[in-house]
Amino acid sequence: MKFLVFLEHHEGALQKDSLGVLSKAASLGGEVEAVLLGAGVEELAADAGRYGAARVHVMDDPLLAAPLPQPRVDALETLLGEQSFDAVLFAASVLSADVAAGLAARLGAGLNWDLTDLAVEDGRLVGKRPELGDSVYADVGWTSEPRLALIRSGTFEPAESGGSAEVETFESRLQDFSLAATMIEQAHSESEGPSIEDAEIVVAGGRGLGSPENFALVEELAKALGGAVAATRAVVDAGWYPYAAQVGQTGKTVSPKLYIACGISGAIQHKVGMQGSSVIVAINKDTNAPIFEYADFGVVGDLHEVVPKLTELVKQRKAA
Amino acid sequence: MKIAVCVKVVPDGQLRLDPQSKRLDRSGEGTLNAFDVNAVEEALKLKEAGSDVEEVVIVSLGPERGLEAMRKALAMGADRVVLVSDEAAAGSDLVATSRVLAAALEREGAELVLFGQQAGDSDGAVLWAAVADRLQRPLISQVAELTRQNGNVRGKRQTEYGYDLLEAPLPAVIAVSDAINEPRYPSLKGIMGAKKKPQETLSLGDLGVDADEAGEAGSQTEVYALGDPPARGDTVKIEDDGSAAEKIVQFLREKKAL
Repeated sequence: MKFLVFLEHHEGALQKDSLGVLSKAASLGGEVEAVLLGAGVEELAADAGRYGAARVHVMDDPLLAAPLPQPRVDALETLLGEQSFDAVLFAASVLSADVAAGLAARLGAGLNWDLTDLAVEDGRLVGKRPELGDSVYADVGWTSEPRLALIRSGTFEPAESGGSAEVETFESRLQDFSLAATMIEQAHSESEGPSIEDAEIVVAGGRGLGSPENFALVEELAKALGGAVAATRAVVDAGWYPYAAQVGQTGKTVSPKLYIACGISGAIQHKVGMQGSSVIVAINKDTNAPIFEYADFGVVGDLHEVVPKLTELVKQRKAA
Repeated sequence: MKIAVCVKVVPDGQLRLDPQSKRLDRSGEGTLNAFDVNAVEEALKLKEAGSDVEEVVIVSLGPERGLEAMRKALAMGADRVVLVSDEAAAGSDLVATSRVLAAALEREGAELVLFGQQAGDSDGAVLWAAVADRLQRPLISQVAELTRQNGNVRGKRQTEYGYDLLEAPLPAVIAVSDAINEPRYPSLKGIMGAKKKPQETLSLGDLGVDADEAGEAGSQTEVYALGDPPARGDTVKIEDDGSAAEKIVQFLREKKAL
């Protein structure tokens, strides 16, 4: 089996999830190559070698400077036209999901997403995909090549193999429509305040809080416990809380000893950011909320009642 | 300008998989995918804000009885519905679905195509990129704030690193996040009027799509088997009877997490 792994990078470093997927591909045996697209990225190719890529295909072009999906589809189409691969693997992200789906349409190739494992069984590639809120696991496959796969974020840990990669550069024409969308302002990593990633206790608030003012309930509980405050993507996007506090697929990944989720339904995008927590407590008024599927202790109730009481009890214990 | 909003009708209530077909059981009541309601709302807001938006048309692929659930979009204020419904399209994967939808969108010729953030049933969040590629149009996804700027559209969106601001000329494809707005509730007048609005049903043939390019025949992915998830530790769920806070403290003491 010959794999091509799409390498995502940000501010001069390869993204950890991409390296994790590269390591996984290397562990499946067969040939593993990678593709790196961007401007001024060629030197990053060596890092891919250390995680299992035998060859890295690099397209270095100022037109690929912004992390936009459509020109990347053009570049991948060109590469896959010149060389054949059995499977193209992507670590899921905002960018790579759009690249993978665009490529699927361009090539008429099958795409399976949200995979949490890959295996070669009886000579064929099989993806494992949790469905229906992770209550069912499906074994999925492809009926043609190349097989396109998006791996759920945080699934595979990078493992250094100490190898080195041969670098091969290529060029591609980019379509007019692919260059029509432009980046006006690009996000950059924020570095402000203490990181929630280091906290042993995290208290997180979601849309169930009802209003930004109610974040005070979460903050008071966090303060009583000596923990940090986190938020979901929905409330960050709504402007209730800063992005630096966001846990989930497009935010931080945390694994504290205790995670208390207040008014969080627990969609998969949130789960991937906190499922490594040792103990998970959830308070939510909707008994069908997915978070109850994986919370160690769930309370179906009004957080506006439960959280202040809990804060009081914690304060009493600390004072005693 | 015409705006098309792509929507999906998903099963209402508890989801289950059909063990035979290994597909989602769609035999019960359907409901408009909640994430698509944000896209409908955004289209209506654009129409209300700009005099150049003539029409908001709802476009979907699925069984004909989905029309009823799609009336919610009409009740909110959308102008008409185009539903592609064909037995041969059942079981379409991303490649096949994007092919059919793109054909329906070509026929409509809408300058702006909107999608919601994800499908509530399959958790898929990729369809827009496949459709944009087939239509050969610029794409901005995960948009949490949409504005119009000198004939272009601008989208602010969240990525793994913070917020990007992107711009694209029309015609374009935009996928919105569920944080972009609070969808309105249909008014009684809207609900009463929805049934009378145009609701067109198309076959694959009407769109010039061959039966073997859609459905399972036109798909490139398959499901081999369904199984149970890996075993997990015990989970406890209680209803708050006024003592939940005490019970949480007790649990945390047992776990030595306090």
